[in-house]
Amino acid sequence: MNQKLKSYTAQTYIAYALIAPAAIYIILIVAWPLLETIRLSFTNSSLAGEDYVGFENYQKMFSSKKFNGIVTRTFVWMFFSVSLKLIIGLIGAVLLNANLKGRSIFRVLVMPPWVVPIAIGMLGWLWLYNGYFGIIAGVGMRTGILDGPFGFLAYKQSAFISTIIADVWVGTPMVTVFFLAAMQGVPRDLYEAAYCDGASRWDRFFKITLPQITPVIITMSLLSAIWTFNSFEIIWILTEGGPRGSTTTLIIDTYKQALGNYKFGRGAARAVVVMILLMLFAGFYLALLARINKKISHE
Amino acid sequence: MNKYNPFEKILIYFGIFVFMTFILLPFIEMFYASLRPLDHLFRSPYQFYSDDLSFWAYQEMWNTVPMLGRYIFNSFFLASCVAILTLIFVIPAAYAYARFKFPAKNTSLYILLAINMFSGAVILIPLYKLLRTLGLLNSYQSMIIPGVAFLIPTAIWLLKSYFEKIPIDLEEAAFVDGASRVQILRHIIAPLSTPGLVVVGIYAFIGSYAQQFLFAITFNQKKEYMPIPTGLYEFIGYQSVKWNEMMAAALVGMLPVLLLFVFLQKYIVEGLTAGAVKN
Repeated sequence: MNQKLKSYTAQTYIAYALIAPAAIYIILIVAWPLLETIRLSFTNSSLAGEDYVGFENYQKMFSSKKFNGIVTRTFVWMFFSVSLKLIIGLIGAVLLNANLKGRSIFRVLVMPPWVVPIAIGMLGWLWLYNGYFGIIAGVGMRTGILDGPFGFLAYKQSAFISTIIADVWVGTPMVTVFFLAAMQGVPRDLYEAAYCDGASRWDRFFKITLPQITPVIITMSLLSAIWTFNSFEIIWILTEGGPRGSTTTLIIDTYKQALGNYKFGRGAARAVVVMILLMLFAGFYLALLARINKKISHE
Repeated sequence: MNKYNPFEKILIYFGIFVFMTFILLPFIEMFYASLRPLDHLFRSPYQFYSDDLSFWAYQEMWNTVPMLGRYIFNSFFLASCVAILTLIFVIPAAYAYARFKFPAKNTSLYILLAINMFSGAVILIPLYKLLRTLGLLNSYQSMIIPGVAFLIPTAIWLLKSYFEKIPIDLEEAAFVDGASRVQILRHIIAPLSTPGLVVVGIYAFIGSYAQQFLFAITFNQKKEYMPIPTGLYEFIGYQSVKWNEMMAAALVGMLPVLLLFVFLQKYIVEGLTAGAVKN
């Protein structure tokens, strides 16, 4: 017993020593900045210096109509983007799961938007959305849907929709790949049994595939909600949050306040709101993961 | 049961075609634009046909933005440094998670997952101040340091699962034969985990190549350190945008990660989806 205990603590020390470099790095570069952000949110910190101002940043922020609009907008933007990613991703996965020639090539071809640096991919979208020379406006004009040049990023509503579409483009491949992997993990004998019982393709999808991959669908919805919430580069490059703030989400607003105006205090207050929301998402996600793991180990 | 009738086949292929068009249209348009002379691009409404396609933009882009080669080098350099540093931090940690039992093991693994969910944007302010105090703004380090931090969590998870696949019996046998931990690491773990290390290293390289933009626009104003994602914006001039050259440069800039990914996609996707699917 004593011997065992001894080797156990020795193991613990070795393990901690091995983890220490990574842990210290993360504490310095991620954990400390998170705490420091909370502290800064109670100051009027700028390049000039800082004074403690209590809850002033928060009071100003929450009483500003603009900020409340930004929060609502963020969630609307997220809702559409995440839903579209999941729906298109699911359809894509079903299509690429079909046992047809060429599917292995298509499976590789879905991935580029996921791998390519977002900032570079967005240059392609800037060109597509170009009101005079872009292909979307061009098709619109030639088919008569548009009666002249139309800058998709120049008007409030169309900019809002355009940034969502670009975000869906970036996020869909990953969702597709995960759904596809989940579908291939479904035991084949389930399908064979159903086929023998005369279940149609449709039935097999809704009664076997869908229930079997539900855990992955739920995890992916949460993960993509988190990533969509964090989405910065797409909007920044396409519109910088404009026109007239119509695509300014929380992340964009935080960035603008903090590093556009160097009002660190105000930016930090926004970052704290972002942090709290992210922690809620993360909490959901981890609780869910723990539940799914438990369920699997019980089975 | 996996047979489709011709009608179903057509339907599925049509679906795939629409789906693929959405995914690939930006790339196809970028490539097409890069082949066309500027005055063909600047015609409204959009012309579907050009009669003098050429690779001229691929030569001219180096003159329009003289630092282009430097930007591409910077991207490579930054991503390589980040990948190597990530591996250095992650190898011992992943080994500990794969092989040892210790208090707070699971909790800390979940904390790592949670860190993955914070975007860099939340901690930019303290990082900006920190880098300024250390005098590291406008340097390679200003982009490498935060880059590594955000790749460590996933890299630990990925590498941990590779280490777990190495049979523990091998190590135990060596241990019984009197090999030290270090010897075990060097002579057993290292050679057996090389494929895993390569995959994780490439994951970190691609990840870092992709995440350069935010840190680059925030922490670095100096042209000589700019990575390609920010450098490309130099094609946007005061008068007009040289779209064809910008698209050519963009395609050249994304080529390295695309190639790496195509060759190794199987392993990377396997590693990343394993956690989501089996757990």
